[in-house]
Amino acid sequence: MRQVAVALFALGTAAGCGAPPPPPPVVDERPAPAAAPFVAGTPVLRRGNGGEPETLDPHRAQSVPAQNILRDLFEGLTAEAADGSVIPGAAAHWDISRDGRRYTFYLDSTARWSDGVPLAAEDFVYSLRRSADPATGSPAVQVLSPIANAQAVFAGHLAPAELGVRALNPRTVQIDLENPTPYFLSLLALPPAYPLRRANVEAASDTFTRPGMLISNGAYVLAEWRVGSRIRLLKNPHYRDKDHIAIGEVHYYPIADQNAELARYRAGDLDWTYDLPNARLDWLRQQFPEALTVAPWLGTYYLGFNLTRPPFSDAPDLRRALNLAIDRELLVDKVTRFGELPSFNITPPGMPGYHQPRPVETGWAQAEREAEARRLYREAGYSAERPLRLELRYNTSANHKKIALAVAAMWRAVLGVETTLLNEEWKVFLQNRQQKRVTEVFRGGWIGDYNDPYAFLEIFRSTHRQNDTGYADPSYDRLLDRIAAEPVPVRRFRLLSEAERRLLAAQPVAPLYTYVTKRLVNPGLKGWQDNLMDHHPSRWMYFAGGGSTPDDPTPVAGGEGP
Amino acid sequence: MIRFALRRLLTAVPTLWLLITVAFFMIRLTPGGPFDDERALPADIEANIAAHYHLDEPLIVQYGRYLGAVIKLDFGPSFAYRDWTVNELIAAGFPVSALLGALAVIAALVLGTLAGAGAALRQNRPLDHTLMAFALSGISIPNFVIGPLLILLFALHLGWLPAGGWSGARREMILPVVTLALPLIAYIARLTRASLLEVLNSNYIRAARARGLAMHQVIVRHALKPAALPVLSFLGPAIAGVLTGSVVIERIFSIPGLGGHFVQGALNRDYTLVLGVVVFYGILIIALNFIVDLLYAWLDPLIRYDRR
Repeated sequence: MRQVAVALFALGTAAGCGAPPPPPPVVDERPAPAAAPFVAGTPVLRRGNGGEPETLDPHRAQSVPAQNILRDLFEGLTAEAADGSVIPGAAAHWDISRDGRRYTFYLDSTARWSDGVPLAAEDFVYSLRRSADPATGSPAVQVLSPIANAQAVFAGHLAPAELGVRALNPRTVQIDLENPTPYFLSLLALPPAYPLRRANVEAASDTFTRPGMLISNGAYVLAEWRVGSRIRLLKNPHYRDKDHIAIGEVHYYPIADQNAELARYRAGDLDWTYDLPNARLDWLRQQFPEALTVAPWLGTYYLGFNLTRPPFSDAPDLRRALNLAIDRELLVDKVTRFGELPSFNITPPGMPGYHQPRPVETGWAQAEREAEARRLYREAGYSAERPLRLELRYNTSANHKKIALAVAAMWRAVLGVETTLLNEEWKVFLQNRQQKRVTEVFRGGWIGDYNDPYAFLEIFRSTHRQNDTGYADPSYDRLLDRIAAEPVPVRRFRLLSEAERRLLAAQPVAPLYTYVTKRLVNPGLKGWQDNLMDHHPSRWMYFAGGGSTPDDPTPVAGGEGP
Repeated sequence: MIRFALRRLLTAVPTLWLLITVAFFMIRLTPGGPFDDERALPADIEANIAAHYHLDEPLIVQYGRYLGAVIKLDFGPSFAYRDWTVNELIAAGFPVSALLGALAVIAALVLGTLAGAGAALRQNRPLDHTLMAFALSGISIPNFVIGPLLILLFALHLGWLPAGGWSGARREMILPVVTLALPLIAYIARLTRASLLEVLNSNYIRAARARGLAMHQVIVRHALKPAALPVLSFLGPAIAGVLTGSVVIERIFSIPGLGGHFVQGALNRDYTLVLGVVVFYGILIIALNFIVDLLYAWLDPLIRYDRR
């Protein structure tokens, strides 16, 4: 399924048979008025997007649907290539100081806002401050935490102006970091670091995200937003790399129901689905072998133990027994079934530069794991006469329910554990998990914000708000501090590995598998690549052999019929 | 009649107040809040957001603030759709739900009455049995089964109609309207049949026949109006039901109506949106019931509200 990115440039403006040729690229170097007529583009890319974005303010957005759209509308100092690697964005190049704590970015001289005004260093200073300002209420603000003084600004102890960001001159932005952060460049490609234009925001603080008002700097501009129906983007005629953008128009459809989305794809209304109904895997494999796309995702599905209450407080061996008794291969083969990767690690595999510690049970056969599980279970004082009784909580979802049922059956078969399954509505579940007053075992899942093990390990810091297991180990916290301060990558990765080993040995969680993303993609759509972050900006995509136009809703030729 | 109307309007006010109060405290008693998410916010940022939406004030103060705003028909900003106000969301969603519901009700009225009358006039003949068999299946098969079946047949196999979406094209409306109307058609057909049969067997119809009036004249002039009464009393709640109950249809056909806000709003703990939709529907249902009561008086000479 991987495509060669170079082909994009060869086929950059490919318009296929049937579709009218694309309009000539708008070459106008002068700043245009705000209401510059945007040329309606072809071809059109139609993407299912799971749900309605909660906002298109990049500093307030958090959901995946919102981030997908924002990635097309805006561009940070850095950007992401089709394979997810970090490439220059609004900044053409940058210097990093020897100690890794000072980044100097030089803006691309062709970087412009969608109304033609050139981007200035001051725009980024304003935007990063706004994003970090607690008054903005950014839910994803942790992304900016490596910047000097960020934590104090988030907490309101320092004014946003104290954030370690300054404009050296109109084209140069300097950012100071608290600690050397090797993944810092990748954070700048995320929505909390996108620029907003001060005059645009301040003129209409409640409505500046509306079509016709939003000024953005990405490959696309917002043309239409009908809540619950669709969001339409048009190619930005002032985008610095506009000549290499093949898709003229992108439609995002907030279809929450997976079966409805599948029907829309089959009817030829979509080129890209957000998700797929799990139950229809075999049928999908048969019907859409070319369009079905499954790829590893930067996320781990796990079960968490509440370490603050019996029976799991001070019982690492009991937790280990439950962990070993779960047959992960069986789980992914027969229950989840989309090629999820069985895992004993909290970090997903494939992070560049990182050597995952392999817990010893990874190399065992399932029978050996179960024998060890029985031994530990007996030693913890449980038996057939005196079985462990526990509650397993999960939030409402057919998939979570199936997994919980399967795990409960495995625990019963191997150890004789009596599990009560408790299904809870999402917000109730979250509250219970965070309060740690009633939970025993709970479903957990974590998707990394950035492609580094730290994204997974930091949530087990004793003071982290996401630490729903209540795991509190001062040595582990000190390790995290050392990792944050370590400037040498090799040494840092070694420390990360040590931290994960320590965490897994304590068994606060039983990791089950690494997530996969699954969707149907029009086989004629090229230019995108599988990547761990599941970030797929429309700017890299093109149709081999054309695409549909706004007036011609018929499906693309070459796709699979119903 | 005017006194009756005024009395009804006056009782509507405490009814609405009760509705707002119960809904307000119920949603606030539900565990979890609008800004709880898998990724917990830094404490100070959470506090800031809460302060921005006045969620940090005592509940009773918030309640007072809300009542004050509702009187001005200002439902406040949505918590889950932060770029929009609840008024904007209702203004965007209600016309869609209303159009969908109105088309379904009109279709149901026309087809249901025709089918019911046809069945009544051919009582116990094949036409009657066929129509009533259809009606029974229309009532028993839920619309979350019919909807996907219709999509499968007309959108995917035959390719005649779109599989969903709502961009304003008439073709997009056919499947959802049919899905929404089918159970209504069935219900109205059965009601019409039963009440028409009862009316046709009454003495004044026999008298009309005895005077030598033709059958079609008897039906149109004397039978249809009284036979419509049960249908009318069904229609008030049915319209409200169609408007609120199209949640399933909206989801199946990806329609941006108001029903989805009800469900998703509750799941998101979007306090203002849920309350806004509840109050809006409350007003709507009270108004519909009022209209039905007035129509009753017009249809049935025995009902006069002003008589003591």
